[in-house]
Amino acid sequence: MSPDAEFRFLPYGENLTIGGVQISFHPAGHILGSAQIRLEYRGQVVLVTGDYKLGADSTCEAWQPIRCHWMISESTFGLPIYRWPSQKSVFHSINQWWRECRDEGKCCLLYGYAIGKSQRLLAGLDPNIGKIYCHGAVEKGNDAYRRTGITLPETTYVGSATGKIDWRGAMVVAVPSVHGTPWVKKFGRCSTAMASGWMAVRGARRRRSVDRGFVLSDHVDWPSLLTAIDACDPQTVWLTHGYTASVARYLVERGRDARVLDSHGRNEGDEDVIDDIAIDDNDSPSGETKSS
Amino acid sequence: MMRFAALFDAIDRTTKTNEKLSALLSYFRDASQADAAWATYFLCGYKLRQLVPTKLLRVWAAEEANIPSWLFEESYHSVGDLAETLTLIVPPGEMVDDFSLSHWVEQRLIPLRAMEASQQRDAVVSIWRQSPMQVRLVILKLVTGAFRVGVSKSIVTRAIAKHAGVSSDVISHRLMGTWKPTALFFENLISKEVQDTIASQPFPFCLAHPIDHELGPESIGEAKDFAAEWKWDGIRGQVIRRQEQVFIWSRGEDLMENRWPEIESAAQLLPDGTVLDGEILASLGENQVLPFANLQKRIGRKTVSNKLLKEVPVVFQAFDILQDAGEDIRSRPFSERRQRLDRLLSTIDHPNLCRTRLLQGASWDEWATIRDQSREMNAEGLMLKRWDASYEVGRVRGVWWKWKVSPYTIDAVLIYAQKGHGKRSGLYTDYTFALWEGETLVPFAKAYSGLDDAEIKAVDRFIRQNTRESFGPVRSVAPALVMEIAFEGLQRSPRHKSGIATRFPRIVRWRHDKKPEDANTLAELMNLLPTLE
Repeated sequence: MSPDAEFRFLPYGENLTIGGVQISFHPAGHILGSAQIRLEYRGQVVLVTGDYKLGADSTCEAWQPIRCHWMISESTFGLPIYRWPSQKSVFHSINQWWRECRDEGKCCLLYGYAIGKSQRLLAGLDPNIGKIYCHGAVEKGNDAYRRTGITLPETTYVGSATGKIDWRGAMVVAVPSVHGTPWVKKFGRCSTAMASGWMAVRGARRRRSVDRGFVLSDHVDWPSLLTAIDACDPQTVWLTHGYTASVARYLVERGRDARVLDSHGRNEGDEDVIDDIAIDDNDSPSGETKSS
Repeated sequence: MMRFAALFDAIDRTTKTNEKLSALLSYFRDASQADAAWATYFLCGYKLRQLVPTKLLRVWAAEEANIPSWLFEESYHSVGDLAETLTLIVPPGEMVDDFSLSHWVEQRLIPLRAMEASQQRDAVVSIWRQSPMQVRLVILKLVTGAFRVGVSKSIVTRAIAKHAGVSSDVISHRLMGTWKPTALFFENLISKEVQDTIASQPFPFCLAHPIDHELGPESIGEAKDFAAEWKWDGIRGQVIRRQEQVFIWSRGEDLMENRWPEIESAAQLLPDGTVLDGEILASLGENQVLPFANLQKRIGRKTVSNKLLKEVPVVFQAFDILQDAGEDIRSRPFSERRQRLDRLLSTIDHPNLCRTRLLQGASWDEWATIRDQSREMNAEGLMLKRWDASYEVGRVRGVWWKWKVSPYTIDAVLIYAQKGHGKRSGLYTDYTFALWEGETLVPFAKAYSGLDDAEIKAVDRFIRQNTRESFGPVRSVAPALVMEIAFEGLQRSPRHKSGIATRFPRIVRWRHDKKPEDANTLAELMNLLPTLE
């Protein structure tokens, strides 16, 4: 995107008309500010979901179904092996892990994408267990969330901590790209964990060589993808990202017209590409961040 | 069962031996002996005989998940692990009472085998409905016979030894051979009292370390301290003669009954209380060893026809004696054991029960010259054993060394790929390589190992971006990547498209410096075929 591009901001639910097409944004439930786009022209409605999820998340507005004729839906996790456990049980496991590590005198390193996932994790952490530190890129996201009025527990930017710090029992929320780099050395004895939908499959967790994998995703899983499509009830679904062909075939067999929309870059199970998009290596909350 | 599932998780989660040991130890401390016995059984790699055909499990899982069977298969290819797919694909059930491991195995799993398919279905569905995910995975791994977790038998042995306060060597010996996982077995396993050996029980095998090709044999000491023998490519085995019976064990602890009748009948001549270690070889007489391919014809045959007995005669080439006249002599030096072996077998003098020849040489150089003839002898290289060493349990450094000849290598082009399993599930890591025959590339070997993690990632990305066609789980890719493939041997094979089968193919390195047209030809591979066949 050009740096001198001009932006117009459109609140959820308000209309904008361009060339006879009525455009409105609606909560996607993916992360704070994420939107599905509804396009209406002569009574025909197209819905572009973007990334979205249906589950609970206190850090952003919940996804809303939009009745439409055409629905362009993501299908990143479009296989029936992906069924997210409840957010409550995941947070319970994360806090349990933190408590165990604290009792063993270890530091917890929890990896999540800088914007969205990290804040959702923070909102679920129990600050009574110990002190929470954040990687610079995460802290930058925290600022934006707090300015929007989202309540997050107190956090400290890792880089601002001076002097000899006792990291035992602390929780450090960081971006996945720091895993295995010298940046994590200062924390001493650590237990590492990744929070992502990919962690549902053991192979993916082992490949990342983290100690724990927590299944927490900001995308629709298999049952919620089907729920969402039924709720929007389009004549035709176009699938993009992930297991597009499988989802399309399944929908067609169930009597709903569905097609694969060619998506560039992200293919089935292509977690690394997604990481590349979402990861931000910048450890300074004031530094420039890459945009993609 | 929650505790066993938690143990599985704890082991699966770490790569550190100490953490695995402490997880095992705390499990054994708290478990009942019946549970501990089953845990030992599964952790040592033993499996329950098939309980339910996996084909049916797939069907029922798809039905429970309300999905068509093709979608189950696609999910399976993505996960790369059947039990895990069966676990993930069925919606979670509600948690009910937790039963112990032994209760699960004895009351709920083993009875599955005798049930009718419809009863089995009900029982399996109730497993899905009544187990939390963590337990479900472990149970389905036991049901599919795919229970594997990152501990070796030796780590399990160490944990039990520590728990029992008994030495690892004793536990290791008590875990050899056939045993039933009962509370009584476990009680005896950890007992501090000396027990009588069971007639059939083999000793733990002593294993060799490879000599580093770069460092050479000089790195292990002086030649005069070692005995040298051919390293044959056969089946490592222990021949036991006790209580007027003969038992032949493979190194994988398979009791090989009725498979080697000529060796069994020769072993009848051994005095009671004898245990020999050696190699089963296809052989036309002393030192006329046939290539491994011949022996392969007899492997897996439960009974052997007269025709096959004539076609592929086998011998037991003993190289060590572990029990002599009822006495465990493993702690005696090899020089003494070898003398006793010579004395014993020369009196018996049976053609199917021979000894390895000790190779004469005064220096590493002389043995290096002898080693160069390995391929003509159908040997893999030399074995070097310290004259003064006792017979150790497992792979103890410095006692036995294998000095193999360098493997064959050839440059080949990657043409097909398939997703791997386990740690590599979801990544394209199973490759098929091809060689040129005129203008076409003919597949000749599959290789899975040899690349590091970064290279695996890079190849995976290349495959996703350069797929030409998909046939089910297999992708054909643009022929662009050249890799150096090493293998131990090769033989003609009508079942392979190339007409040749390679033994232990693996990737040596990714030849970034070579283009596909620089890869070798099939004719060049053919030239490596041994002349004697």
